[in-house]
Amino acid sequence: MAAPKKAAAGAAQDKTDGASPPEFTREQELKALREMLLIRRFEEKAGQLYGMGAIGGFCHLYIGQEAVVVGMQMALKEGDQVITGYRDHGHMLATGMDANGVMAELTGRRGGYSKGKGGSMHMFSKEKHFYGGHGIVGAQVSLGTGLAFANHYRGNGNVSVTYFGDGAANQGQVYESFNMAELWKLPVIYVIENNRYAMGTSVSRASAQQDFSKRGVSFNIPGKQVDGMDVRAVKAAGEEAAAWCRAGKGPFILEMQTYRYRGHSMSDPAKYRTREEVEKVRHDQDPIEQVRNRLLAAKVSEADLKAIDAEVRDIVNASADFAQHDPEPDAAELWTDVYR
Amino acid sequence: MPIQVLMPALSPTMEKGNLAKWLKKEGETIKSGDVIAEIETDKATMEVEATDEGTLGKILIPEGTADVAVNTPIATILADGESAADLAKAPAPAAKAAESAPPAAAKAEAPAPKAAPAPQAVAEPDPEVPAGTEMVTQTIREALRDAMAEEMRRDADVFVMGEEVAEYQGAYKVTQGLLQEFGAKRVIDTPITEHGFAGVGVGAAMTGLKPIVEFMTFNFAMQAIDQIINSAAKTLYMSGGQMGCSIVFRGPNGAAARVAAQHSQDYSAWYSNIPGLKVVAPFSAADYKGLLKAAIRDPNPVIFLENEVLYGHTGEVPKLDDFIIPIGKARIVRSGSHVTIISWSNGMTYALKAADELAKEGIEAEVIDLRTLRPMDTETIINSVKKTGRAVTVEEGWAQSGVGAEIAARIMENAFDYLDAPVARVSGKDVPMPYAANLEKLALPSAAEVVEAAKAVCYR
Repeated sequence: MAAPKKAAAGAAQDKTDGASPPEFTREQELKALREMLLIRRFEEKAGQLYGMGAIGGFCHLYIGQEAVVVGMQMALKEGDQVITGYRDHGHMLATGMDANGVMAELTGRRGGYSKGKGGSMHMFSKEKHFYGGHGIVGAQVSLGTGLAFANHYRGNGNVSVTYFGDGAANQGQVYESFNMAELWKLPVIYVIENNRYAMGTSVSRASAQQDFSKRGVSFNIPGKQVDGMDVRAVKAAGEEAAAWCRAGKGPFILEMQTYRYRGHSMSDPAKYRTREEVEKVRHDQDPIEQVRNRLLAAKVSEADLKAIDAEVRDIVNASADFAQHDPEPDAAELWTDVYR
Repeated sequence: MPIQVLMPALSPTMEKGNLAKWLKKEGETIKSGDVIAEIETDKATMEVEATDEGTLGKILIPEGTADVAVNTPIATILADGESAADLAKAPAPAAKAAESAPPAAAKAEAPAPKAAPAPQAVAEPDPEVPAGTEMVTQTIREALRDAMAEEMRRDADVFVMGEEVAEYQGAYKVTQGLLQEFGAKRVIDTPITEHGFAGVGVGAAMTGLKPIVEFMTFNFAMQAIDQIINSAAKTLYMSGGQMGCSIVFRGPNGAAARVAAQHSQDYSAWYSNIPGLKVVAPFSAADYKGLLKAAIRDPNPVIFLENEVLYGHTGEVPKLDDFIIPIGKARIVRSGSHVTIISWSNGMTYALKAADELAKEGIEAEVIDLRTLRPMDTETIINSVKKTGRAVTVEEGWAQSGVGAEIAARIMENAFDYLDAPVARVSGKDVPMPYAANLEKLALPSAAEVVEAAKAVCYR
């Protein structure tokens, strides 16, 4: 426990240049607000449904980390792929996947993205270039490097955005992938979502090098620490990394300093951190409140913001309704999709 | 006394080679470490260094001689003070070879098949090959390379990656020439990083590319087995059919020769346990080619288990533009009515040899080459057992939870009333593979064990 404590997410800083990130236009702020709200309300609803027994198994909520995936999506172009681990609902919504299909997968219904056969951790959308949803910690890093390999092979100018957490960052295949990505100059952005806890183990108890932006140093991969609670900083860093990749310079690492408000999964007793720590981040750095406050300061009316809230709530409520009434998969589905 | 230089073994499985070139002439002085000759195998050209000093007395095998067996004397070196007249004193070649090189001599007795190419033992014509088709004689190594090259010419999405597949031309020379034809973009040397490159291959396959991932041996694929099973095999199902993975994982599997426990495991049973994977393990050169082409075209992940001992073996391969053997079909390679022997890959060596022995004693064995382990061609097995009433399975892997156990269960489930004896299993012994030549031989199945098992189920 003697290890120096990582700066709290509340004090997360963009070490890029120390300056505040470029301002968003009003349109961008509104878009970011809506997307982040959709994820938060969706996750809150998923938490409720889990409590009611409508969602089974594991369920990992993204609440608190919304600015990371929303900001990154704003930096991408059509055809760029996204792949992540098991805390994946936010990534699905941000890539444009339908809330009904995601929620129905959580409840294990036939209208779910995987026809009810994948569940929370295993959903995919070829149409939205979302490659999962992977339940084995770190596996998506090699797979995401493979997506970048395919982009390089095809010369299509696309970038693979490969997300993983501070916990996965200690897996061996991450470094095998780093080596190949830099060796072959593959267009992959490794987004390390440092939410400070790998399940219940804090970064300081698990990581010898706690500056994750330096994890690519021995492979010559550039890295940056980014304030992952500020959607503007995320987008700016994402654009810089994407430009690097598209220029044929190889991979780029972004350490997103973020925070998860909820437990690791629904069954997390939360004995490893204090309630005060969580409350402080929520109060000081909440990614959604940051945008809302900027919009209010820019004279956007409360009524306009409430309209966005209402629209998002309608989508989420409809998805919950759909997910609870959609039938379970037909028994015959047990035997399909093993081979094609 | 003059010293004999013997034909060296340059790899664990080498049995013979070509004496390509002499770099020293008779009468020339030789110092330890001098390169005296070049030897060619089907894998590589290697230099032979002198370990003794003196004068090259006589060249016993002229350059350009093909198929010189390991341990054949190839030259004599005269020590200081000796002359050509002393050459007669050299020991008789056979005796010298036997006493001076026990490991190699033991290898010659090892259960690895000698030259007998599979198709010669085949009594039944292959239904996949049209009558009258011209055949070419090829090694299994060449058949594999041709299968890959043909599919790479046909489909730009097919590429091959793995350790030493490109510039080195393949650790076992299976990818020989592919780099020259297809370039470094499609023939990719990876770092030694099995877990990582297996995942990279699967990720690329999820986008629609068709990787052929070579493992130097399947023993090393244990590092990558999470990606093979959790990512390649399960994603189609977990995605409700949206995201599949057309990929071939191939490489040598099972025992080679004298490489001990960590390099000798047979993974047939491991992979055949997994829904979502197809598992292929051919024996004949024609099947190697036709099944690898089928595997590359298959939209599912295919585990293609090769056998290093078989790489240099030759067989007749149909000269057809597009020779495909469908995955999932076993083949009756020898028909008989008294007992069914079921095997695959190198297990067929013991099965066919045993069938010959049994025939001498009036027992006609029907030999089935399973070729594919998953999906398993249960129908061919059951139809045969209904005819013979007796069955013996032969595998190099361990018996517990093995493929033979699975076959026995299927026979019991589908043909119990036809059985005249319990199904017998011949398998690798329940120990890690030992190194010592005699122990290794004991650990592997043998034709004699197959004969014994067949007689037992025939109550003879």
